[in-house]
Parts: sequence; C-alpha cells; structure tokens
Amino acid sequence: MISRFAFPQWNESEARARLTSIVREHDGPVLLCLQDVQNTYGFVSTAAAELIAELCNVSRADVTGVLTFYADLRTTPPPAIPVRLCAAEACQAVGGRALAEAWRQTCRDDDQLAVETGVDEPIFCLGNCALGPAAMVSGELMGRVTVMSLQERVSEIREGNSAPTGCDS
Amino acid sequence: MTVWFVPKDAAARSMGADGIAAALIARGEEVVRTGSRGMLWLEPLVECASERNGSRVGWSNVTVADINDASLDQNHPAYLGEVELLTFLSRQQRWIYERVGIIDPLDPQDYQHHGGLAGLKAAMAMAPADVLDAVKTSGLRGRGGAGFPAGIKWQTVADQEPQPLRGQPSRATRHKFICVNADEGDSGTFADRMLMEGDPLCLLEGMAIAAYAVGADRGMIYLRSEYPDAMDALSAAIDVARAEGWLGQSVLGSEFGFDVEIRLGAGSYVCGEETAMLESLEGRRGMVRAKPPLPAIKGLFGVPTVINNVLTIASVPGILARGAEAYAALGCERSRGTQVFQLAGNIAQGGIVEMAFGVSARELVEDFGGGTLSGRPLKAVQLGGPLGSYLPPDQLDVPMAYEALVEVGAMLGHGGVVVFDDSADMAEQARFAMEFCAEESCGKCTPCRIGAVRGVEVIDRLREGKDTETQTLLLRDLCDVMKQGSLCAMGGLTPNPVLSALDHFAEDFSR
Repeated sequence: MISRFAFPQWNESEARARLTSIVREHDGPVLLCLQDVQNTYGFVSTAAAELIAELCNVSRADVTGVLTFYADLRTTPPPAIPVRLCAAEACQAVGGRALAEAWRQTCRDDDQLAVETGVDEPIFCLGNCALGPAAMVSGELMGRVTVMSLQERVSEIREGNSAPTGCDS
Repeated sequence: MTVWFVPKDAAARSMGADGIAAALIARGEEVVRTGSRGMLWLEPLVECASERNGSRVGWSNVTVADINDASLDQNHPAYLGEVELLTFLSRQQRWIYERVGIIDPLDPQDYQHHGGLAGLKAAMAMAPADVLDAVKTSGLRGRGGAGFPAGIKWQTVADQEPQPLRGQPSRATRHKFICVNADEGDSGTFADRMLMEGDPLCLLEGMAIAAYAVGADRGMIYLRSEYPDAMDALSAAIDVARAEGWLGQSVLGSEFGFDVEIRLGAGSYVCGEETAMLESLEGRRGMVRAKPPLPAIKGLFGVPTVINNVLTIASVPGILARGAEAYAALGCERSRGTQVFQLAGNIAQGGIVEMAFGVSARELVEDFGGGTLSGRPLKAVQLGGPLGSYLPPDQLDVPMAYEALVEVGAMLGHGGVVVFDDSADMAEQARFAMEFCAEESCGKCTPCRIGAVRGVEVIDRLREGKDTETQTLLLRDLCDVMKQGSLCAMGGLTPNPVLSALDHFAEDFSR
C-alpha cells in the first residue's frame, strides 16, 4: 500500500482494547504494544507509554527504556512522506554518501519538500545491496536511487498516484 | 497456454516488477509471481514458458513499454534465451536456493512438486535422535557468522527437559523453542530476505524438522522491520502451512505439535546478536546477555532454545531429503555444504551465488560479479558485513571457508561480499565502522560503548595529520581493548574493518 502516512488521533479506549488483547495473547508484550501503537497512531505519545506500562504491569521507566532503545520507535509524529536513505557500506560503495548530501541540499532549497519528507532519516541496510543506492519512501523500497527519482517518487505519492516506481524508466 | 513469471521479490519490485506484472495481467496473460533468480542486475527479469513447468526463456531489465508494445520475442535486444543455461546460474550449486525464483512461494503444490516437504516427511519417519545424527553427519555449521556446528547445538537442546516460561509456576505448560534469527542487519547481505520472500515454506519446514529433532513445541522468527515484504510472505506462508497441516497441533497428522510466530525487530543492529535478540523477543531493550548460561540451556523466556540463522535452518530440509552424505560431500575441510554468497556494492553483476565452500573470493567478484559496476579498478572487498575486514585485490584468492578466511584475518560472516572501486576512501570507511558501532552499541560493556566513540575521535585526528605516530599507536591499542574486552561481536569485531583498512590502505589515512 502506497500512501501518505496519515494516522488517526490518539484514542485511549480504543488503544486500551487493542493492547489488552495483545497483552493477553503474547508473552513479553512491551515491544509488541509499542509497535502496535506506532503502527496505529504514527508515534508513541506519553499517554500511550503510560497506558502500556499499566497494561503490561511494568514501570513507566521500563517502557521508556524500550521506547528509547529502538531506532524505529518515535515519540513525535512522522513526516507525511518519510524518506530514508540507506547509509550502510554497500550503498556507500556506489555513491550513497554523495546522494545523501545532494538530497539534503535539495531539501535545503525546498522547504515544502523538507517538511513533507523529514529530509532523511538514515537507515542501516534495506537488503537491496546489489541495486544501491537504496532508499525507502513511504515504506516502499527503491533501487539505483538518484535525487531525481526520489523527487519523482515523492511527487507521485503527493499526487496520490500509486503506480510502482521505475516501471517506465 | 503461455505462462509468464515475474518476480515479486522486494529488489525486483524496487526496479518496477509490479508494473510489469500489472501490464501483463491487463493484456490478459497468465502471470505467476515468483521469487527472484538472484541475478539482480537483470531485474526486472521476466520469464515465459509454454506451460507451467516448461523450460523458461527470459528478458532482462524489462519495461512496461516492452509489455505494452508486445515486443518481447527472440529478436528483442534484452532476450536472454533459456534462463537456466545462463552461466551465472548454471555454474552454481543451488541447495538452499533450489526453488527460489522458480516456484510461486505460497503455492503448496508447487512447493511439493519441486521437492518441498520431502525433508520433513523423511525426518518424521525417523527417530528424533537419528535426525540429530543426520544433521551432525552433514557437517552443517551456523550461517550467522560464528559457524558453530548445528547438530551439536541441537543435541544440547534435545538433552534438556522442557521448562515453564520464566516467572510462571512450575505446574505451567513446559516448552522448548526454535528461534530463527532473521535480523539480517549486515550491509551487503540479503540472502535471508530473498529466501523468506522466495521460498518461505522451506524455512518453516526446516523449523519443524528442528523442533521434531529437539522436542520443541514453539517457534519464533525474529524478523527485522526493514523487510516488510518478507513479513508479508512469511505470514502468508504460516497460514498456508497451518492449512496444509505442516504446522499446528498435529504436524503431518502425527502427535507432534509445533507452531510458529513472527516478531518484528525495531531497527537495532545489535539485536542480530543472539542474546540481544532474546531480550528483544521478550519485549525488552536489546541488551546483550553474558554467557553462560547458553541459550541452548536457558534461552527465550528462560527455556531451552535453538537459535539458528535463516540459512542454517533452510539448509536442513535438503539435508534430510537428499541425504547428509550428499551434503557433506560438498565443500572443503571443516566447511561442508554450500554457502549463499551475496555480491553487493560496486559490482557489475550483483546478486546471489550459492556455491560449495572453497570457491575463491576472486571467482565470486570477477567471474560471477564481472568486476566493478563503475568499470574503475577494484580497490577493496569487505567480506562478512560491517564487522568484516577490507581485503585488497591481491588477497582475493583466499578460499571462501570458515577457517581459511580467519587465516588471512577475514571472516565469512553471513556471506556478504561488498566491492569498492578506487574512488573509495578507506580511512572514511574505517571511521564509519567506529561510528556505526557507537550508534548501534547496546551500551552494556564499556569497550564497545566508549571505545567506538573514542575510535571516531582518534581516526579524525589521524586524518588531520596531527601527531600521526601516537594516534596510530592509540588506535591500535584501542582496537586491542575492544577486541579483547567486549562482551559480544559488536565491539569485539569492529576492529576488523578498522585495522584492515589501516594495514592495507595506510596511505588513505594521511591525505
């Protein structure tokens, strides 16, 4: 599914129902609860972390410890069209560093693009190491990425066109 | 009727495979979505056969325009001929990957038609102890990097009594676990991903065999969150396997029950370390545990647990189906069987090469890989992921095997081969290794947590040309402390890329 990342407002009673069933059905549920909250609401708010602590019967410090350990988990809303460029070695070997710098420059010149994409949250390896530089845009994997292909992809998503990338290139 | 085969692999999709499939379907064609053949520079690689199991011809780098103007024939410039005759494929010895790129990954009939399930059936016709013996005889060693003999690990778990989960009363249900480490975080590796997307039932079959052999009743797959396509494929495959009676309370109609759950990682590299993975599976911070106790004795939730890499477990169905001796006949010295090498980075022909151990790094990079993508001279090859050494071109004749690589100061790791051309700055790469360790360290032990930060600083001073002799000495001393004093491989192996860069490419540190 390709779309702008749009999430509903925090709803405690709905979250409580979902999380209660996760806690009932799974051993060691704290990380599962955090992931569920993030998938549903886009990020983990203080209220959500407190609810998870209550339902998992652990301290708020325990939940905060897990929340801050993992790079995926966030405490602020995500950008509308998140762009994540691979920052690992295989992509470095095909110009990943230069691409990341050029993309940051493009975002410096275009405020809307910067806000919409969050510029770049580097990610260490997307498993597309033979077709680098790789990127993930709104959760969709791209290969042989250029600044131009990123821009095209972002505007496709912005305009609601869900055609897969690269099919005409 | 003509059948078209279009990969659904994430790498092929990243190059536009979905658009091709949609265009073919719009034209009214029959389309089977397969895994990828592993010739990633040819993606999207589209194949065609006169019938479902007929021989297939292919076209490389296909575009939607090629489909729409119906130009894919023998005269098309991207025509490859019969795909299985391409030397990149025909030279390989595919064991784990025998079905990947060929079958519909979620079709149980297709799976069995190509040899699937024969391993589980063979295993369950034997006593569990005989299955353990077969795995020992095969010589199979862990593919996650450490290379520990799988049969010995399994035997240790088989020898334990099942236990109640930690914190539960002693009358609670007793368990043993099979945990698959699918947290494939090494840069330049994607063999786990492509197997999970291209033949997920093979992984589940291997887990069921392991569970039968050691007396486990629950399976967990720890999958990294960066692999959403693999998550979809595995979840669907678990549903298929349950519906077919290959998983569940009565596996293949027997009294043996085993079921599998997937848990996603959350973007932490160190969680690929087995004890950090256990912590993460239990929902906590991915902090490395001190060993002993071994996970085989006190593992997930404190019960006996087999932890193996995806490729280790996926090797097992073939070993049971085709015989442990056939497997042990492949390879060299103490490295038996096949390894799935992954050619990545600045390489002309990147992808999957499954070969018996003993193939040289040079054959992989030059013969299979066709040299650098840029066409510039090769400068270095990093073997075994971010914790592996950088080898200069004159060392590439080393055979790819566990012990042989250690002799030249390198390691097999997860089989990744990342190629760099002469534009690479190896001091920058060394700095990145330290930076990465600082970023991803779990923080439990001091050499890794603080050493990595200090490492970045020392390399920066070295590159500025300040007092280089002292800084070099300091860097080597720091690497020694990290190597000897770290709790796990994260801090303990980070010196590999740093020191190999310093040893082989000293000139890059002083410009």
